[in-house]
Amino acid sequence: MATMTKKKMVQWDPADVKAELLSKYPPKVARKRAKQIMINEALENETPEITANVRTTPGIITMRGCTYAGCKGVIMGPTRDIVNLVHGPIGCSFYAWLTRRNQTDAGPDGDNFINYCMSTDMQDSDIIFGGEKKLAQAIQEAYDLFHPKSIAVFATCPVGLIGDDIHTVAKNMKEKFGDCNVYAFSCEGYKGVSQSAGHHIANNQVFRHIVGENDEEKPGKFKINLLGEYNIGGDGFEIDRIFNKCGITNIATFSGNSTYDQFASAHTADLNAVMCHRSINYVADMLETKYGIPWIKVNFIGAEATAKSLRKIAEYFGDKELIDTVEAVIAEEMPAVDEVVSDVRIRTDGKTAMMFVGGSRAHHYKELFNEMGMKTISAGYEFGHRDDYEGRQVIPNLKVDADSRNIEELVIEADETRYRPRKTEKEMKALEKAGLQFKHYDGLAPDMDNDTLIIDDLNQYEAEKLVELMKPDIFCAGIKEKYSIQKLGVPMKQLHSYDSGGPYAGFKGAINFYNEIDRLVNSKVWSYMKAPWQKNPQLSAAYIWE
Amino acid sequence: MLLRHTPKEIPTERKALTINPAKTCQPIGAMYAALGIHGCLPHSHGSQGCCAYHRSALTRHYKEPISAATSSFTEGASVFGGQANLLQAINNIFTVYEPDVIAVHTTCLSETIGDDLKQIRLKAQNEGKIPEGKYVIGAPTPSYVGSHVTGFSNMVKSMTEFAETTGKKNGKVNIIPGWVEPADMEEIKRMAKLTGVKTILFPDTSGVLNAPLTGEYKMFPDGGTTVAELKSAGDSVGTLALGEWCSADAARELDKKNKVPCNVLDMPFGLKATDRFVDALRKIAGVTVSDELALERGQLVDLISDMHQYFYHKKVALVGDPDQLISMTEFLVSIDMCPVHIITGTPGKKFEKRIREITKDMPFEVNVKAKGDMFLLHQWMKNDPVDLLIGNSYCKYMARDEDVPLVRWGFPILDRQGHQYFPTVGYKGGLRLLEKILEALLDRKDRDDPEEKFELVL
Repeated sequence: MATMTKKKMVQWDPADVKAELLSKYPPKVARKRAKQIMINEALENETPEITANVRTTPGIITMRGCTYAGCKGVIMGPTRDIVNLVHGPIGCSFYAWLTRRNQTDAGPDGDNFINYCMSTDMQDSDIIFGGEKKLAQAIQEAYDLFHPKSIAVFATCPVGLIGDDIHTVAKNMKEKFGDCNVYAFSCEGYKGVSQSAGHHIANNQVFRHIVGENDEEKPGKFKINLLGEYNIGGDGFEIDRIFNKCGITNIATFSGNSTYDQFASAHTADLNAVMCHRSINYVADMLETKYGIPWIKVNFIGAEATAKSLRKIAEYFGDKELIDTVEAVIAEEMPAVDEVVSDVRIRTDGKTAMMFVGGSRAHHYKELFNEMGMKTISAGYEFGHRDDYEGRQVIPNLKVDADSRNIEELVIEADETRYRPRKTEKEMKALEKAGLQFKHYDGLAPDMDNDTLIIDDLNQYEAEKLVELMKPDIFCAGIKEKYSIQKLGVPMKQLHSYDSGGPYAGFKGAINFYNEIDRLVNSKVWSYMKAPWQKNPQLSAAYIWE
Repeated sequence: MLLRHTPKEIPTERKALTINPAKTCQPIGAMYAALGIHGCLPHSHGSQGCCAYHRSALTRHYKEPISAATSSFTEGASVFGGQANLLQAINNIFTVYEPDVIAVHTTCLSETIGDDLKQIRLKAQNEGKIPEGKYVIGAPTPSYVGSHVTGFSNMVKSMTEFAETTGKKNGKVNIIPGWVEPADMEEIKRMAKLTGVKTILFPDTSGVLNAPLTGEYKMFPDGGTTVAELKSAGDSVGTLALGEWCSADAARELDKKNKVPCNVLDMPFGLKATDRFVDALRKIAGVTVSDELALERGQLVDLISDMHQYFYHKKVALVGDPDQLISMTEFLVSIDMCPVHIITGTPGKKFEKRIREITKDMPFEVNVKAKGDMFLLHQWMKNDPVDLLIGNSYCKYMARDEDVPLVRWGFPILDRQGHQYFPTVGYKGGLRLLEKILEALLDRKDRDDPEEKFELVL
C-alpha cells in the first residue's frame, strides 16, 4: 500500500469518502463492505439500515478477535475467585493472561486467581488421542492446589474439532468434588463471526450454572445488579464508589471484579442496570423472565450520563430519600467535573474524533467527547449487531444467519418458586409514562450527526484511508490499531484497555478522560514530524559560515 | 500478595496442568519472523482470534504497528477445510495491500483439520491469484507442538525456499540471528561490518519494528531482508546459525538444499558467546578482527572487573527461551554470578544438558527444567531465595511478591520500553546487560541499607 502523503480533503463529502474507501477492493468485497458503511441520516423515528454482525472477509485485516476472546477474555476473565482453566494449546491461555487490564481487589485474604494463567497445554498426542483425560487430570490438579469454589473450563478451536466432551468431564468432576462447581464453555474460536458470540456463550453458562445458587437475602434497601461492566482501568471501582455514596447496593457486577457468590446471588436484586448492552442484554432478559427483575439501560461513561443513569435508578425505586441522596451526590461531584471540563474545553472545543470500538462503547464514549465540545465524525463497532446501531426495536427484524443460529439461545421460563415481579404492571406502566424506558437502548446512529460515517467492522485499510481523508484530531480503537494511526501523526487512544489510564467511568473517570484527551490532542510531539532541514531543504553554499 | 495462592510446598509433579506458562504458541513466532522479510505480510491460516492475539502481543512488546491478515475461519470452514478462505485471502491481500510476499503460517485449527498449505499454494498459483513477481511462502506451525520458538524456527526455515544456487558464490556469509530484538539484529550487522564480512541476515526486523515517527505510515517499512537477498542466500559461502532452537533448522536446510555449509553457534549474548561469534566470522571470511571490535571487547572486560564485587556469588533465577537462556547462563557464570533456577517452557532435553554443563562448577545446586512453567519457578524461589530475577514482564508478579530485583529481558516486555532500541547482543550489548543488572542490585541495596550503612560511593 502506498504511503500516506495526500492532503486532507478540505471539505469532505461523505459519499466521496465512502467511494474512496471502496475503490481498491475486489468487486465482491466492495459490494459487501458498501452495506457496512453507512452515511448517517438522522431521520425521525427511523435510521437507515446497516449490515452488521456478519463474517469478516478472509484476508481483510480486521480488528476483530474470536469467540474464545469474548468468552474467556471479556466475560469470565474479570471474575476473581473462579479458576479459569483453558483446554487447548498454550497460546489461547497465554494471550488472555492479564492483558485486558481488569482490576481486582480481593482484600488481604480473599481469593484472587486473576493473576494466574492455567492451561492443559494440549500436545499433538492429545489432538490425536483426545484430551478428555488430560482435562480431568488438570481440573483435579487445580482443585488439589487451590481448593477454589468454582472452576470454569474453556474450549479452544481444536477441542471442538476432536470432539472432547468438556461438559461431561466438568459435570463428573463437579460431582466428584462436591464442594466445587465445575462447568465448561464451548467457546471455540471459529464459532460466530466475532467476540460477540463468545459473550453470549459465556453469559448463557453463567446463567445456567451459577445464577440462583445462593438464595440468601443480602442486606440493602436499593439492590441492583450492574450488567456489562468489566472494571477495566478501575471503572467498576469508581461506579461502586458512587453507588455506595448514594446508598445503592450492587449485588453483582457482570463481571468486573466479580465473585462466584455475586453471580449466585444476582437473582436477589430488584433492578438490572445494563451498561454494555451488546455483551449482556440477553442476561437481563433472562433475569426478568425467570425472576421478575426489570432492566433499564444505563451509561456511566460521561459525567452527564452518569448523573442521568443515577436518576433513572432512583426514579425506578421511587424513594424520596434515594432521589434526594442521588441529587445531593450529583451536586457534590459535579463542581470538580465542571472545573476541569471548562478548562479543557478551551483547547478541545471543535476538535474531531473517530471511534471504532466494542459493541456499545463507541456510543458511550461519544458522551464524553460531547462534554468536551468534540464532534464524532465517524464511528462504528467491532462486533456490534444492527440493534446497537439502530436501536433495540429492530431486534424482531434481524435476519438470523447460519453463524448466529449456531449460538445457543436458552429457553427460559418463570422460576416456580422464585419468580417475583418487582413492580406491579400498574407501577411499571406509571414509570414508563413518567419517561423511564425498560428493556430498551437506543442505537448509535440516531445519536450521530447527519452526514457522519458509521462503519461496521472497520479494517486497517479503511482506518488508514479515513484518517488520511478526514484527519480527525483523535482516533480511538484498540492496541492493534494504535501505532499505524500514530505513525500518521494522529493521536490514538485505546478504548478497550485505555492504554495505561483509567478509570474513565463515573465522575472521577470523566475528569481523567478529559485530561487524557487534552494531553493527547495537544501533545507537542505531533509537531515534531519533520526536521527543520526537511521543512526548508534548500542549500546556498558549502562550508561557508553565514 | 499478587500470586497469593502459590504454595511453597511442591508435593507432586503436575502432569496435566500448566500454570503461568514460560512459552506461548508457534504461530506468533512465525508472525514475528515473517515481519523480518521486506515487503512481507504475515498471514494466519486459522480463526481470526489467533491473528488478533498475535498482533496484539507483538504490538504491546514492540510498540509498533503489526500488520498481519487472517483466513477468518468460520464453523463451516472448520468442517469443510479452509482452502476457499485462504484462496480468497490471497487474492484480497495482493489486491488491497500489495505486499511482495505473503508468509502463511498455520494454526492448531487448520492443522487439526489437515489443510495442506502446499497444495493450496499450488492451487492459488494455478488460478492466477499470485501476481507475477510476487510470492506466497508457508510454514506449518501447529500450536500443539513446541512453542513460539519452534514457530519462529519453522518460518525461518520456510524462507530458505527462496534460496537459489546459481553456481557462482556471492562472497557473503548468511547469518540467522534467531528471535532477538530489532536492535540486536542491527548490532549483529554492525559487528559483521566491523569485522569486514559481507552478510545476508535473515530474518531482519531492524527498520521494521523500530521504525521512526515521521507522519507517514508505511505498511511495509524500509527494513527487512529482501527477496533478492533471500534468493542469494543459496550462493553464500556459509551460514552462521545463532541458536540451536531458533536458527539451526533453517541453516541445515540451506546446507541440504543448496549445499551452503553451516555452523550453529550460541546466540552472542555475553562475553564468551560473542567471542565465539566473532571468531567464527573471522575464520570464515579469513580476515583479522578490527581494532574497534577488540576495543569494545576490552571495554566489556573492564566493566566486568569494575562491577565484579557486586556480582560475586549472587544467586539468580532465570526464565525465557532456550537459546537466550543458554548464553545468559554462561554470561552470568562468567562474571561469577550463580544462576540457580532456570526454566524454559519450550521443550528440549538438550537444554537441561547444556545448562548443567555450563553450571557444573558452581558452588550451588542448580534447578533446571525445559517444558517448565513460572509457577514452578516461583515455588523454587520460595524454597531457595535468589538475589535477582531475569525474565519477561510476567516475572514482575513474582518479583514483587518475593521482593526480588527484576531485570526485564526476553519476550514479552509489556511494561517497559527501550528493548527495541538498545541491543543486548555483542560486546556493546553486554555493557547494557551489566548496567541493567547492576542498577537492579544497587537500587535494591540503596533501598534496603540502614541509614548508617547508606553510602555515597559504591
